[in-house]
Amino acid sequence: MTLHDIAPTRRAFLAGAGLVIGVAIAPRFVAAAPTGVAAGGPGELKAMNAFVKIGTDDTVTVLCKHIEFGQGPFTGLATLVAEELDADWGQMRAVHSPTDNKIYANLAFGLQGTGGSSSIANAYEQMRKAGATARAMLVAAAAEEWNVPAQEITVEKGRIRHAASGKESGFGAFADKAAKQAAPADPKLKDPKDFVLIGTDLPKLDTRGKTDGTAIFTLDIVPDGLLTAVVAHPRHFGAVVKSFDDTDARKVRGVVDVKQVPQGVAVIADNTFSALKGRDALKIKWDLSKAETRSSAELAAEYVRHFDKPGLEAAKTGDVDAAFRQQGLETVEAQIVFPFLAHAPMEPLDAVFIKAADGSVDIYNGAQFPGFDQQVAAKILSLDETKVRVNTQLAGGSFGRKAQFGSPYMQEAASVYAASGGDRPLKHMWTREDDIQGGFYRPMYAHKMRGAIDAGGRITAWEQVIVGQSIMAKADLDQTSVEGASNLPYQIPNLKVTSHNITLPIPPLWWRSVGHTHTGFAVETFVDELLTRVGRDPVEGRLALLDKTSRHAGVLRKAAEMSDWGASIEEGRARGVAVVESFGSFVAQVAEISVGADGAPRVHKVWCAVDCGVAVNPNIIKAQMEGGIGYGLGAVLFDAVTLGKGGKIMQSNFHDYRSIRINEMPEVAVEIIRSKEKPTGVGEPGVPPIGPAVANAWRKLTGAPVRQLPIVSVVSS
Amino acid sequence: MVTFMLNGKQSTFDGDPETPLLWVIRDFEKLTGTKYGCGVAQCGACTVHLDGMPRRSCITPVAMIDGSDVVTIEGLSGKEAEAVQAAWNGLDVPQCGYCQSGQIMSAVALLQMVPSPTDDDIDGAMTGNICRCATYHRIRAAIHDAAKSMEG
Repeated sequence: MTLHDIAPTRRAFLAGAGLVIGVAIAPRFVAAAPTGVAAGGPGELKAMNAFVKIGTDDTVTVLCKHIEFGQGPFTGLATLVAEELDADWGQMRAVHSPTDNKIYANLAFGLQGTGGSSSIANAYEQMRKAGATARAMLVAAAAEEWNVPAQEITVEKGRIRHAASGKESGFGAFADKAAKQAAPADPKLKDPKDFVLIGTDLPKLDTRGKTDGTAIFTLDIVPDGLLTAVVAHPRHFGAVVKSFDDTDARKVRGVVDVKQVPQGVAVIADNTFSALKGRDALKIKWDLSKAETRSSAELAAEYVRHFDKPGLEAAKTGDVDAAFRQQGLETVEAQIVFPFLAHAPMEPLDAVFIKAADGSVDIYNGAQFPGFDQQVAAKILSLDETKVRVNTQLAGGSFGRKAQFGSPYMQEAASVYAASGGDRPLKHMWTREDDIQGGFYRPMYAHKMRGAIDAGGRITAWEQVIVGQSIMAKADLDQTSVEGASNLPYQIPNLKVTSHNITLPIPPLWWRSVGHTHTGFAVETFVDELLTRVGRDPVEGRLALLDKTSRHAGVLRKAAEMSDWGASIEEGRARGVAVVESFGSFVAQVAEISVGADGAPRVHKVWCAVDCGVAVNPNIIKAQMEGGIGYGLGAVLFDAVTLGKGGKIMQSNFHDYRSIRINEMPEVAVEIIRSKEKPTGVGEPGVPPIGPAVANAWRKLTGAPVRQLPIVSVVSS
Repeated sequence: MVTFMLNGKQSTFDGDPETPLLWVIRDFEKLTGTKYGCGVAQCGACTVHLDGMPRRSCITPVAMIDGSDVVTIEGLSGKEAEAVQAAWNGLDVPQCGYCQSGQIMSAVALLQMVPSPTDDDIDGAMTGNICRCATYHRIRAAIHDAAKSMEG
């Protein structure tokens, strides 16, 4: 996501030796030690700086300021440290850092947080400096101990050596002494040509625990005496509790209490099943007076009424209105409607609260903006912020869901914990139904596109109107609504992009790749249609509209080459292409499809070329492309959260909010462009091109353009 | 009172007999490798082996498993399990990792029944396991790798 409204700050302070890091000690009654608490290697750990600890057992533990939910920051940030520390990969560990909006700030945001595919991009130099600092301190300690000049000491694969005297040691022996050295103010970083770890497929640090069941997620924290709570939520957005009868709920064995909270009615129980059974037994009357009662179809009709009204200007080049008045033009028009999308991470939202003996509270959760979670919980629990520790846990996905201003999920969880009295540890969890019906969706959008082709077959004008909710809750132009459209990469002399902000009681949120989820689809399907009209090949025609030296052109050429674009393919199949830049990374994809047995597109293979600057871990980049393609494809083919008549949410679980499954996953081939540009992110940029690549192939195969998503809503029987 | 074998040890449960096996395993036995994802047998994150067959523990009332043998990811053993876990590690299959216990339980059960599965066999056995990170591409490759390693 692009956190436009958060002012970036100067580079966060790289703390030196002696910094005391507030790593909490696991309370004795936490059965499974939460990952944010068990700090890396088993030995005694010495802090070199805020990000690096070295154990007496030679382990190096990186305190990762970004949440690990599959996109790879544990491995990526540890690689950056290890490279400059000259560590051996086998000695590296990673854990989540404590919460601190200054020390652990995302340098792109100015506060601690993960998003916008920014982890590697913002931490690239910072983590390398953290490694180089620790290396210098180890060398200084060895020089002192061995009584030799520091510049004669070498470090390689975790071994410190002095050739002349034959002395050699691991890191652990000097951990204590190194921690007491002064940190160099500006440690020298390696020339990229000397990298030995960056650019290699190092195995991921978090894989093993995720293959033997030992990785601990928030839901897995089960301290003795734990209460589990679920909240009954309305099926209409904006509805509130009018009255409720908890007589039957309280009769359920294991139910401890029932409490009304601002978000609904909480059932607090001794175990999860009792809480769920108790919730099912509640009788609640909802007040719908302020609720959204329009259906999705009614909302869409309302959205398209904005198309011809003056909107907020997002881009203006040349004179579109004059260009459309030219004689002898062919005009092409398209309207596309995009549905609400739930993120549906595998682990629904959850949090565990444990009160310490001094009245302070530890919170364990998949905190994407941990500082916001801390502020919100402290306020609701009437505690000073220093008395609330947010311990970030591995999370079972997010895709944007856990990055929320004002932490509305934490407001609910903390309200339930407060209502429980707080004396026993409490886990608050959402079920899948809460997740699918919980709002904070990728908003619904409607696009109107208009293009002009002159008598010479040139595309002379492009007009795009985008209608939908402002994710940033802005009254004026929201860049997240128009990104990818307002900076159209194609050279068209007359361009006009406008937007309209719609206000609804349905809370909006960024969803993996944010504005590009819809602008990428609209732009890349529309340019494809225009190219068809002028009789040009989709690849060659795009290249003609792009700067030849651009990175857009580079990935497009590569994807075409990988797929042998233009070669004859199997009967009954067609190929489509799309290229999208998002978050500074460039991705082109070619999709080969046929019509599946259900009448919907069957995607056989995807060729993907990505340019994300310096590739820190090529294997993780490939994995993110593969995953982004699957995530984006599932949504484009199958998914919509819809409001039925009267505004009731129609979907509830994976049977009607489908996820792509293994039999629907295409074969994927990924190539990474070799680049010396600064590294940019890969968590999101794999998503935007797949939808339009498939839709373009579909139009080629069937003649029908995709004007409404998901595709199954218009094509399958 | 329900009595069953859990990872080779006898276990008893005397709570609500309707309690799904998933919550017995997680809340009472504190074995947390088996995950909750949907509660309605749509995602497979809760997959365990019940008398040697893959089973969605989220819709299996504990009363139904009296006298049965339950194996979770924590109790997994044998050559198929070793091959699958080694292949998963070798290809760095997991992303967020939350669904992977269920994926591995399904994959091990598949290889126990079909030592050299085809792509169609894999589709048949693994379609019930959702991965929102869409690691499917690597899951398929890892199952083939595991099968090959067992041939040797």
